Amino acid sequence: MARDVTSRRKLINTAAAWAVGLVIFFPILWTFLTSFKSEAQAIAAPPLFLNFDWTLENYGVVMERSNYARFLWNSILIAGGSTILGLLVAVPAAWSMAFVPSRRTKDILLWMLSTKMLPAVGVLYPIYLLFIQLGLLDSRAGLIIVMMLINLPIIVWMLYTYFREIPVDILEAARMDGASLKSEILYVLTPMAIPGIASTMLLNFILAWNEAFWTLNLTSVDAAPLTAFIASYSSPEGLFFAKLSAASTMAIAPILILGWFSQKQLVRGLTFGAVK
Amino acid sequence: MGRITLDKITKKFGDVEVIPPLDLTIEDGEFVVFVGPSGCGKSTLLRLIAGLEDVSGGEIRIDGSDATMVPPAKRGLAMVFQSYALYPHMSVRKNIAFPLRMAGMSPAEQDRRITAAADVLNLTDYLDRRPGQLSGGQRQRVAIGRAIVREPAAFLFDEPLSNLDAALRVGMRLEISELHKRLQTTMIYVTHDQVEAMTMADKIVVLRAGLIEQVGSPLELYRAPRNLFVAGFIGSPKMNLIDGAAADKHDCKTIGIRPEHISVSPESGDWKGTVGVSEHLGSDTFFHVTCEGIAAPLTVRVGGEVDVKYGDTIWLRPGPEQIHRFDQNGLRIA
Repeated sequence: MARDVTSRRKLINTAAAWAVGLVIFFPILWTFLTSFKSEAQAIAAPPLFLNFDWTLENYGVVMERSNYARFLWNSILIAGGSTILGLLVAVPAAWSMAFVPSRRTKDILLWMLSTKMLPAVGVLYPIYLLFIQLGLLDSRAGLIIVMMLINLPIIVWMLYTYFREIPVDILEAARMDGASLKSEILYVLTPMAIPGIASTMLLNFILAWNEAFWTLNLTSVDAAPLTAFIASYSSPEGLFFAKLSAASTMAIAPILILGWFSQKQLVRGLTFGAVK
Repeated sequence: MGRITLDKITKKFGDVEVIPPLDLTIEDGEFVVFVGPSGCGKSTLLRLIAGLEDVSGGEIRIDGSDATMVPPAKRGLAMVFQSYALYPHMSVRKNIAFPLRMAGMSPAEQDRRITAAADVLNLTDYLDRRPGQLSGGQRQRVAIGRAIVREPAAFLFDEPLSNLDAALRVGMRLEISELHKRLQTTMIYVTHDQVEAMTMADKIVVLRAGLIEQVGSPLELYRAPRNLFVAGFIGSPKMNLIDGAAADKHDCKTIGIRPEHISVSPESGDWKGTVGVSEHLGSDTFFHVTCEGIAAPLTVRVGGEVDVKYGDTIWLRPGPEQIHRFDQNGLRIA
């Protein structure tokens, strides 16, 4: 009897999970399907689900009209660059917070996180002016810096959580063994925290890849990443849903594939430290 | 060389003073054990010597030169931790090589030293394994290996055996003593286990609440404990401490008599008592005897095979030469 109840519960839970999953996934699926429709079919009412004439035409047009490779390359450079720069800053910061905490460490961590609650548009104007002054507007370097700063609180928090799990004895042993601070971080702490660092990197890469507010406002041509590429299909000449969908599919495909292959790491990274 | 001098060192955590001004000299080649109940400051003292904690005052000298502000990496000391603290991502070989690598030693010299250490510690077959694949005893050996390859001025051991099971602990105890005899290097060993202290030390430092209660060889501490605390702490089973009429007879506040210094007789003696629980160890038997006029039951140690039962009446006589006398303040009266 008890067994029956648990297996029925399991069935209900599974069905519910699938339903939620499908709801979340549906917009992506719809975008994907629409990208293979003609513009007329894309806005047909009632909407066509699978029974339309599949065509690659939209992809052809998009490839012809924009330089996809350049947008892709910019996205990779900005997401990758900001991730690496972020780690260089966050590893020492997280190290000191995890292993030599002061009375204010907790406050600093919370304060850092609180900056994420701020509406980004609040600092758009000063940053925009700064960018003009420094000549960083529409430059990859500028975007890398901004993207790094935006995600820094999350990187520090995640690394801090990981580092806290590492027994301090081992770092002290390294000190006794004659390791300098640099060697201790490089040869002992980092290798032990590799799983944590990897999931932090991955998450940060995805966040930076998906960031649209700053990339749209601070770039125009040279440094424009895939988010700008999508946006360029949404405006002036009216709505071309099929082409917009093709562009969106092309923009999210790389990160979706990356996410698919690393989902184990990601889940571990996001739930790490939640239960001891 | 490894002569370590502590000159009026103190340690405060916030407003709490865990080590009041403390002086101690550890001679080169000595095996010194810091022993005391938990929270007595023995591990803190060791960490101050290691440099893992900063002193709040005073001076630490290693071989005559001031090491107070020298970082742990530069003090030339090696430490073995209770948790072993091995590098889990490195093989045994790389763990042992780590201090040598940090010292910038040539690979050939590293190899030579690793081979020698592995040989001494029976680790040759395990060099390519990770710490996770080893038993507790083997891990502790790797930790010791990592300490000896550097040929440090002194070894610091922080309760290294408390994570091992009883049988292994005895074996490792012997190995560490053996190692000390062979290397003749200064060793400072922290433990809460007075048996480890008695069996291994050249010199025991008994600590309580950050204060040194007594420093001396194991037998000095056994024969002439300076106060009640040391009397009760050193020796197993514990010394019997008796107040009241029995002590008044010896002109003192408290007398102490070790269980092995009390003789038992069925018909005559100083104290008449009733046998309670007895513990038979085979080689020895411990009686717990409730005596008339003495508040706490006394522990008596006799030979292995005696025929005394629960509830029997017996007479006890303390060896007159072996009675320790203590005054009002708990200090020994000579």
